Amino acid sequence: MNGIPSSTYFSAPPDWGWLIVLYFFFGGLAGGCYFLASLIDLFGRPEDRPLSHLGYYIPFPCVLLSGLLLILDLQRPLRFWHMLIESNTYRPMFKYWSPMSIGSWALLIFGIFAFISFMGALADAKRIPWASWRNVHPPSLLGRFIAAIGGIFGFYVAGYTGVLLAVTNRPIWSDTPLLGMLFIVSAGSISAALMILLAHKSRLNMPGILDLHRTDIWLIVLEFIVLIALVISLGPVLRAWLSGWGLFLFIVVIVGQLLPLALSWRPQWLGDRNMKTTAALILVGGFLLRLVIVFSAEGV
Amino acid sequence: MAEPMGFYTDTTVCIGCKACEVACKEWNQLPSTNGGVNTLSGDSYDNTRQLDGIHWRHVKFIEQFTEDRKDGRWLLMSDVCKHCVQAACLEVCPTNAIVRTEFDTVVIQSDACNGCRDCIAACPFGVIEINPVSGTAQKCTLCYDRMQGGLEPACSKACPTQSIQFGTISELKGRAQKRVEQLHQIGEKRAYLYGADEKMLGGLNSFYLLVDKPEVYGLPPDPKMPTRNLISGTMFSFLGALLVGLIGIFNFRNRGANAREEARL
Repeated sequence: MNGIPSSTYFSAPPDWGWLIVLYFFFGGLAGGCYFLASLIDLFGRPEDRPLSHLGYYIPFPCVLLSGLLLILDLQRPLRFWHMLIESNTYRPMFKYWSPMSIGSWALLIFGIFAFISFMGALADAKRIPWASWRNVHPPSLLGRFIAAIGGIFGFYVAGYTGVLLAVTNRPIWSDTPLLGMLFIVSAGSISAALMILLAHKSRLNMPGILDLHRTDIWLIVLEFIVLIALVISLGPVLRAWLSGWGLFLFIVVIVGQLLPLALSWRPQWLGDRNMKTTAALILVGGFLLRLVIVFSAEGV
Repeated sequence: MAEPMGFYTDTTVCIGCKACEVACKEWNQLPSTNGGVNTLSGDSYDNTRQLDGIHWRHVKFIEQFTEDRKDGRWLLMSDVCKHCVQAACLEVCPTNAIVRTEFDTVVIQSDACNGCRDCIAACPFGVIEINPVSGTAQKCTLCYDRMQGGLEPACSKACPTQSIQFGTISELKGRAQKRVEQLHQIGEKRAYLYGADEKMLGGLNSFYLLVDKPEVYGLPPDPKMPTRNLISGTMFSFLGALLVGLIGIFNFRNRGANAREEARL
């Protein structure tokens, strides 16, 4: 092919830039935090409930921000509703084979769950006077049901973005089926990291934080394995990363994955600051990972 | 539905006059580049550079010359949307702005498009771009408005050498096959049809006669549908979700045992 590694090299870049990188990051945080919060509620102990509250406070603002970022990214922002309602017929617009179409609905539905759980967590923590909202928060049966279903939608929002990139004809994005998996695992790791940082800032002290830290380290190991598999799956297209972007990705792996793993292996290096530093590195690494993936394909 | 219509472009008779580009711009009232203050690209006689939201036709100039330029040839090709039978853009469009017409062509309805740009990333030929005037994705419509009025598209009407031919797909395929055979008989054995075969995205309703490899003309040798990754990508994502869930459950459920162990120590 005259030295061109894939037929995907003949497509045009869609100019998805900073707004989309930010959406991928905040969307990942929204979905991941909700999932972790519901996990703590469904499988943790009652004393960890303040930690799950923290997890539920994050998704709703992140979903609002995500929606705003996506609307601003449209060339015709006032037509954002065309994603949900077919503009010619005013019927619901849904294409199950188009990740962007399903994602639009998933974000809307997850937004409703995020709002309900946000209010439920506030009521459970007695931060708002409307006690009736506690009924939608675990441990009530309804609360458990909402947490479980919302967690599934949260995961979907965190991961569909990777599938969306794969369902194109752009180099890198569509040359591997593993981007969705990478984004889901990364959503878990950055969300655990953010919850750890906010728990420290809120001076929360409970055993669940240590569990969250341990979960985070496992997730970083998994993320590293998935990233290696992704690099291998690219085959000849890997040449696209034989550039400044490849070097950047290498730095991201060191900062966002290997350094946190080293810190968890030798916690005495930073003493009290170890957990916070690890979490901060994972959070920064997760953002930069999305940045590399979006911009490196845009530049081919 | 009317019989499928399209273009057959015989690149061997294109003279690079760009009448097709001008006719397309005129009929579709497409704006000029940079308000008419275009700079020279330095790439042969190609100052259009690419297909995009305001260039729905693009004449490519490919110079194949020896170092000393004593021997060589020009490859000229008027590129356009392929109006694929299995259209990637139409498949991913989340607003149904992209439709298939009664002529089996693919058209973007500008009033329904919100500029999400998913179709741009999906098109394997790099045909679609945003038109900065409308703020919507745009490309060749195969002059849908002219066809509805019984007229042929502006570009093929303007082509002075019949490099661009318009007609029913079945008729065009027959004509193109005869031309390939004719070229083979006179010694141009490299001639072949690109996209006339149904194996390529179900067939391209705008197909080409080429005399070199597709990539020499800037065409993908093996264009694919974007949804080829949908099932595998979803399954791997599901696996990722499962693993994250298991890691979370394992760590949170295991905590009780750890706590007991710590108390014992």
